Amino acid sequence: MPGRRGTWARLGLMAGPVVFFAVFFGYPVAAIVGRGLHEDGRWQWGRFGEVLGDPDILRVLWFTVWQAAASTALTLAVALPGAWVFARLDFPGKRLLRAVVTVPFVLPTVVAGSAFLALAGRGGVLDEWFGVRLDTSVWAILLAHVFFNYAVVVRTVGGFWAQLDPRQEEAARMLGAGRLAAWRRVTLPALAPSLGAAALIVYLFTFTSFGVIQVLGGPRYATLEVEIYRQTEALLQLPTAAVLTLVQFAAVAVLLAVHARSVRRRESALRLVPAEQTAHRPAGAGQWTVLAGVLTVVALLLVAPLAVLVQRAFQGPDGWSLAWFRALGRESASGTFAVPPVEAIGNSLSYAAAATGIALLIGVSAAAALTLPGSRRGTGRAARAGRLVRGFDALLMLPLGTSAVTVGFGFLIALDEPPLDLRSSWILVPLAQALVGVPFVIRTMVPVLRSVDVRLREAAAVLGASPLRAWREVDLPLVRRAVLVSAGFAFAVSLGEFGATVFIARPDAPTLPVAVARMLGRAGEAHYGQAMALSTILMLVCAGVLLALERVRTPGQGEF
Amino acid sequence: MHTMTTHARRAVAASTAVLALALVATACSGSSGGEDSRTVTLVTHDSFAASKGVLRQFTQETGYKVRVLRGGDAGAAVNQAVLNKDNPQGDVFFGVDNTLLSRPLDEGVFAPYRAKGLEKVPERYQADKGRHRVTPVDTGEVCVNYDRAYFAKKHLDPPRTLDDLTKPRYRNLLVTENAATSSPGLAFLLATVDRYGTKGWQGYWKKLRANGAEVVDGWEQAYNDRFSGSRGGKGKGDKPLVVSYASSPPVEVVDAKPKPKQAPTGIAEDTCFRQTEYAGLLKGAGNAKGGKALLDFLLGKRFQEDLPLQMFVRPVRADAKLPELFTRYGQEPDDPATLPPQKIADNREQWIKTWTSLAVK
Repeated sequence: MPGRRGTWARLGLMAGPVVFFAVFFGYPVAAIVGRGLHEDGRWQWGRFGEVLGDPDILRVLWFTVWQAAASTALTLAVALPGAWVFARLDFPGKRLLRAVVTVPFVLPTVVAGSAFLALAGRGGVLDEWFGVRLDTSVWAILLAHVFFNYAVVVRTVGGFWAQLDPRQEEAARMLGAGRLAAWRRVTLPALAPSLGAAALIVYLFTFTSFGVIQVLGGPRYATLEVEIYRQTEALLQLPTAAVLTLVQFAAVAVLLAVHARSVRRRESALRLVPAEQTAHRPAGAGQWTVLAGVLTVVALLLVAPLAVLVQRAFQGPDGWSLAWFRALGRESASGTFAVPPVEAIGNSLSYAAAATGIALLIGVSAAAALTLPGSRRGTGRAARAGRLVRGFDALLMLPLGTSAVTVGFGFLIALDEPPLDLRSSWILVPLAQALVGVPFVIRTMVPVLRSVDVRLREAAAVLGASPLRAWREVDLPLVRRAVLVSAGFAFAVSLGEFGATVFIARPDAPTLPVAVARMLGRAGEAHYGQAMALSTILMLVCAGVLLALERVRTPGQGEF
Repeated sequence: MHTMTTHARRAVAASTAVLALALVATACSGSSGGEDSRTVTLVTHDSFAASKGVLRQFTQETGYKVRVLRGGDAGAAVNQAVLNKDNPQGDVFFGVDNTLLSRPLDEGVFAPYRAKGLEKVPERYQADKGRHRVTPVDTGEVCVNYDRAYFAKKHLDPPRTLDDLTKPRYRNLLVTENAATSSPGLAFLLATVDRYGTKGWQGYWKKLRANGAEVVDGWEQAYNDRFSGSRGGKGKGDKPLVVSYASSPPVEVVDAKPKPKQAPTGIAEDTCFRQTEYAGLLKGAGNAKGGKALLDFLLGKRFQEDLPLQMFVRPVRADAKLPELFTRYGQEPDDPATLPPQKIADNREQWIKTWTSLAVK
């Protein structure tokens, strides 16, 4: 009865993640939504009609939907050549470049938003060189979304593309197909599922965009996420916020369902080859042009804003200096903090380490549950189990599509009774960060775990190894690198988490993004300079982590 | 059968271990210092700051250690206190200003206590006179700031009043913040409501918009990126007028060496709105005695004189001395606008809606 045994083991593995999500996500969110919709002893479903009938809310909904679609299309258009370059070309500094393009993705939006203004805003790079200013138009939002999500496309599509056997396209060319036709009829269909997956992830991120809209959107534009924040934080209109939260949940659930479907399609039998074999030195004017074009886009769109941040960090009161970095170590005369700002680095690192630990525990057991033999497809009970597993998969992605203010306020009203009175506990910070980190761990681990040949495990079992021993001797060595990579990603994402942390970090123990935001909120050159210096440190730490990940890259195709 | 059970048991055991670990971690941290009667817990917003020496003095005088909790901006902090009113996280809440005061008062978040030293506080700051549910702690104004260098270069007098801002010579010079999301933005809107009345302010904003006033979302952008007088922006900003705080000019010179004769920026005196911040004893506080001691301390001279350089606001105590930075570079507007908290609470949403359609759309 292998089916039963699989089911039990799976349920066992799922128990941890399920309880974790129920206690630290489901319960708080349900509590805050319930507080909004449950009034005078009954459920106020009529609120839906009221809220969704408001023309202002409808405008917000419409803007949310179309800007996400436009951002996704633009990101794909800009990043696809990049994906090709990373997949097929080999050039010095490729690893560094791949780490660099990922930095914006893990940077907190407070930092990246102000960096982006330095590019596209007034007096920014584009303004000075081409007289183009985008800070007041919707283009700024779209471009900023490209800036953030470039890495998603390059990593998801590029990672897969690198493993597509180029000989299939070459064969089509030999048989007389033109270059375009061969690409369109051979490569594109093979790429389609990963393109779809990348597009959906970008759509999900831009649909729930918050920081970018706050910094660049000005008062004219608001997404659903911004409106939820405004209704909760500024107006304490919990009923409206609750309705909008449920609407966003529904939208995100649909996106995730479509995503899960496309992921399954991607697992269809394609001949994959190791990525190292498909990349080659650029040859011919065409390939050099594409490479140069991609490098220019990366330099202008991704590196320039970050470079401006660094430049400002080193520009002291009288020219170049380390003044702002030195100031970080002092308890300033103007007490923006109770502690020297440099302590934020230590806080961030220890919170992120704890968050990584939690995310790994939860994420790895979830990924193991998702990939246990028998969890893919089948009939009858196996099919039911498959559906259960996919639902579980989507559940774990849900925090990515949930407003941080909803979670933050939910924590506050739900986790307020012993033994779970965590409102004033430091552990809330890593817990909130782990919620965001877990999906990354799962998405990195699942493809690698799936690629472990079942027969190896079976052979081990036949030779008398216990399941645990088989796992330790067979699976672990194969997935160790994936664990490292997902730990690194969870760490970087935790470092950059801002939305939830700002609600729960103590004023005397700020993290780096919280400290940067607080510095930016104060007048004066010194605060601004120190904000830039802290941002530079944060950026370097993130880049360092990502570069280290490049060295332990897994052979399988992770999604991020 | 045997392998099935061991396998399943192992999986379950592993998951249980994960959970147990999480719970142990949370339990350990959760219980520390919660009910300790030697600790008094201050719930506040992200901008709260006090010198270490001052808090140490409180501990020496009273024996209580201060634990400072929770971040988020002022609006979030107040709302959190409202949501937690039956089961407060601490003993004292600090940081609700007059634009938000009605909400926690109506919801019954605070227990009355008359702090020592209240008689030294001028009446204009005492919003809950007679009932003492909240104690005023600090005050400050939101005002239009101007860039001295710009107006000197143009041989133009900087504006003084709200009316001035609609005059052609100040066309396209002002940047302000979104009243829906930014606290200074809302304060500026309230200044115009107080000055022109509940019927007249819409007309003023039409004129202001026609005169090229620009609205951005947050203070950070308005001040750091757009305002030409902020040194953080390296003078690259394009707007010489910005809605900011009366304390922004002294803050501009806080770390400057050598100290200039004059702050690089100034305030337009008749454009100001007063924001006063209050503290209160949380109803149901675990350590009410300690909380009362802390309220006394917040109104005490030592803390009041420490305030300005920590949070860039002025003390409410009349006999607290201002630091030189404020007396030399700062300016205290004579008669700033203000509105009763109840009136703000009743109209806020409608005003913001109308304002959005007038100033933004």
